[in-house]
Amino acid sequence: MGDPLGMPADPVAAAAKKSAEVVLETVGLTKTFGGLTAVDSLDLRVHRGEISSLIGPNGAGKTTVFNVVTGIYRPESGTVFFQGENITGRKPHRIVERGIARTFQNIRLFPNLTCLENVMAGRHARTHSGVGAALFRPRSQVEEEKETRRSAEERLSQVGLWESRHELARNIAYGRQRMLEIARALATSPRLIVLDEPSSGLNPRETEDLMEFIKRIIRDEHLTILLIEHDMNVVMGISDWVTVMDGGRKIAEGHPRQIYHDPRVIEAYLGGGA
Amino acid sequence: MAGDLLPRSRVAYRARAVPLLLALLAVIAFPFFASDYLLDVAFFFGIYVLLGLSLNIVLGEVGLYDLGHAGFYAIGAYTTAILNTRFGIPVLILLPVSALAAGLFAYLVTSPIIHLRGDYLCIVTIGMGEIVRLGLINNPLGLTGGPNGVYGIDSPTLGFLRLDSSAGYYALIWVMVGLAVFALIRLQHSRIGRAWNCIREDEVAAQATGIDVRAYKLLAFVLGAALAGVAGNLYAVKLMVVSPESFTFWESCLMFSIVLIGGMGSVPGVIIGAAAISLFPEIFRSFASYRMVVFGVVMILMMMFRPGGAWPRRRGGTEAQDLLRRLWRTHG
Amino acid sequence: MRVFFEQLINGLTIGSFYGLIALGYSMVYGVLKLINFAHGDFFALGSYLGYTMLVFGAGFVTTHLGLWGGLAVTVIVAALCLAVVGVVVERIAYRPIYPAGRLPAVVSALGASIILQNLIMIIWGPRYQAYPAEMIPNFHIHAGGLNLTGLQLLILCVSFALMAALYFVIQKTTWGAAIRATALDRDTAALMGINFNKVIRFIFTLGPALGALTGVMVGMYYRQISFTMGWNYGLKAFTATILGGIGNLPGAMFGGLILGVLEMLGSAYVSTAWKDVFVFLILILVLIFRPNGLFGEKIAEKV
Repeated sequence: MGDPLGMPADPVAAAAKKSAEVVLETVGLTKTFGGLTAVDSLDLRVHRGEISSLIGPNGAGKTTVFNVVTGIYRPESGTVFFQGENITGRKPHRIVERGIARTFQNIRLFPNLTCLENVMAGRHARTHSGVGAALFRPRSQVEEEKETRRSAEERLSQVGLWESRHELARNIAYGRQRMLEIARALATSPRLIVLDEPSSGLNPRETEDLMEFIKRIIRDEHLTILLIEHDMNVVMGISDWVTVMDGGRKIAEGHPRQIYHDPRVIEAYLGGGA
Repeated sequence: MAGDLLPRSRVAYRARAVPLLLALLAVIAFPFFASDYLLDVAFFFGIYVLLGLSLNIVLGEVGLYDLGHAGFYAIGAYTTAILNTRFGIPVLILLPVSALAAGLFAYLVTSPIIHLRGDYLCIVTIGMGEIVRLGLINNPLGLTGGPNGVYGIDSPTLGFLRLDSSAGYYALIWVMVGLAVFALIRLQHSRIGRAWNCIREDEVAAQATGIDVRAYKLLAFVLGAALAGVAGNLYAVKLMVVSPESFTFWESCLMFSIVLIGGMGSVPGVIIGAAAISLFPEIFRSFASYRMVVFGVVMILMMMFRPGGAWPRRRGGTEAQDLLRRLWRTHG
Repeated sequence: MRVFFEQLINGLTIGSFYGLIALGYSMVYGVLKLINFAHGDFFALGSYLGYTMLVFGAGFVTTHLGLWGGLAVTVIVAALCLAVVGVVVERIAYRPIYPAGRLPAVVSALGASIILQNLIMIIWGPRYQAYPAEMIPNFHIHAGGLNLTGLQLLILCVSFALMAALYFVIQKTTWGAAIRATALDRDTAALMGINFNKVIRFIFTLGPALGALTGVMVGMYYRQISFTMGWNYGLKAFTATILGGIGNLPGAMFGGLILGVLEMLGSAYVSTAWKDVFVFLILILVLIFRPNGLFGEKIAEKV
């Protein structure tokens, strides 16, 4: 692979990786806040059907990368390509329309709406009824509403929340709130889902279920997943590829097994603290 | 499973429909045995319902702090007043025109500032409201009649039917209220209404879920302004004169209180809030200055004991639909 | 040129009033995120208390304390009274509402404002009252061709001295740091040992007391007071608060000064009738280009 970081190359995997389509790519991505460089010239590549993990100590800039990719921040320099298209600096809702969905590190649901309404919101980008349709209820709008309802209920069943569909989002258990957020993201019919620390706050059993769930939807729905994780079990257990960041830069990337033993990675995690 | 739901849902359905029907009958029957004074009171109650509903779109559904809503009310009223007294255009035709004028004004002035965060948006809306009011007082281009306002507005006519009795105005306003309620409930239970509520709950999450937050906020302001413009038109028509003192910051605060006291995002709540704001001072008229002190006390007590409002918005919309669907399916 | 400087001084004077009132708004707003509508009425109440003391204590003052002594006592008593009123209002009207959220607190504040304003009207009457001319120092100063009253200069000096002192308190003392910390991050401040209730008590005594003091100065400066003055000044002061940036205490004072100067310049060079429109337009333009206020707010939001 001719990796400039001098990583031991696995030629078979490298060839397979090269031939798979690149879904998301960042080139020289840089994001600064005042004097702080949160992300420094990041080159990242995620391939179709892959589960790619972004790891690194706290403050490494991982969530900032997500925020730039999903349009919440504009980068100072660099480009983001999604399925070949330049999406740098596009507005978040446009990026959702293109096919990237995300979840947040501190779960951001719509707390006073029901679980069903939360997931129905995910259908927004895929539906079109406007004010006129809302007022006069033509056939097309009624059908669209039914479909929105139906697909939202399906997503809820998929994550095991059908029973709680009429409960307010803020009233369900934490672990289930995480799944609700994922269901909402899935409802946008994405090609790429970006998960920010999905296992944070989950107990080991819930984490297992989450990992199974992620593996299942990758397979069933032909998705690609990019995730930020601190839980090494998750990273090792399901990732196809791992990228390591520290201080805003990429310091290593490769297969999970390679990363686990990489001295630079170990130093990054241990050098700065726990 | 549908079987044991059936008796409960049938009861639930009937339980909701009956009081609504009674209320409707009461509203229709009212003019037949009420005095002109009571009809006038009911008219102003209706105006405050419209105003409350109009601010509810912005504040209740989307959660935007708008303390300058009286500005849109004023634009509607003055559009009617000026176009009628200068060009003789019939006032009922000016109703949609006033709504349009207010909506357009809202679009123009809120576009540059719609991205501002809650508290900053608040002060800007206060500023806008004041700019409108001060502009009206200063009589630019001799259009607005200065502090005395514009007088001599015509009475409404529908063909050869003159509506200028107290009962006529009553009918006019309550028909508009009916239409507004219908439209707003339809909007609430639609893709638009959901998008609005998502923005209110968490703007960043709404963006990340694919909602064009800026466009929907703007839409809320435009629709809210248009409805306030309608209220302005009817107010101008009833009073036959408009002056800047009816459109002060205080009025905006009253509207704000209507939405909060009634229940944010709740249509029946706003109706109750409007009743509290408009009928309360009437009832306590004899107490003169003390009534305002009592009014202030009531406001504080309301927030202390029922901060969610008199009739908070119930998010059972989808659940009720479920019940109704099962009812429908098993019946035919 | 002379007009410009005179208007500038006028602007700075009224600006200092706005600034002092704005500080009270900003402290409450920064810490509680509450728009304390009643704050303007604290200011008005202070002014009316001053009026009453000067009118009814006239004889006592002139024989025992002298003019200046009388004024000092008036100011101190008014400030103390309002400090008490402030704490009482917070306890009764605001504290029970905090758990309900920001918007119910706004309505409650409106209610408190209605109560205070109407109580003032009931007690003192709806017509204008005037500060007695004989109780107010009256001397002229001619400096560099400008025509100023000694009173104006005195008030200007007192206001600026106050603002400087407050700036010192806010930026350099532990009390000030406590307020700023609580405004930034309430929970962390508590973890650092800052007693939230003490901070609340502090801002609800200092703010209203300042307001009362400003009220007496306004009474002396303009002579005429009305029960709606709280509303008028309150709105301007709130504008100054936002202009300076939410939670930015020195910003609020500077915002007030800027607002006052803009208002006076607007009235002199644009037109008196449109001066308020001018001021609000400037505010809106500022916020469009600096959405966090002129001096930036002291709040962080993490996504």
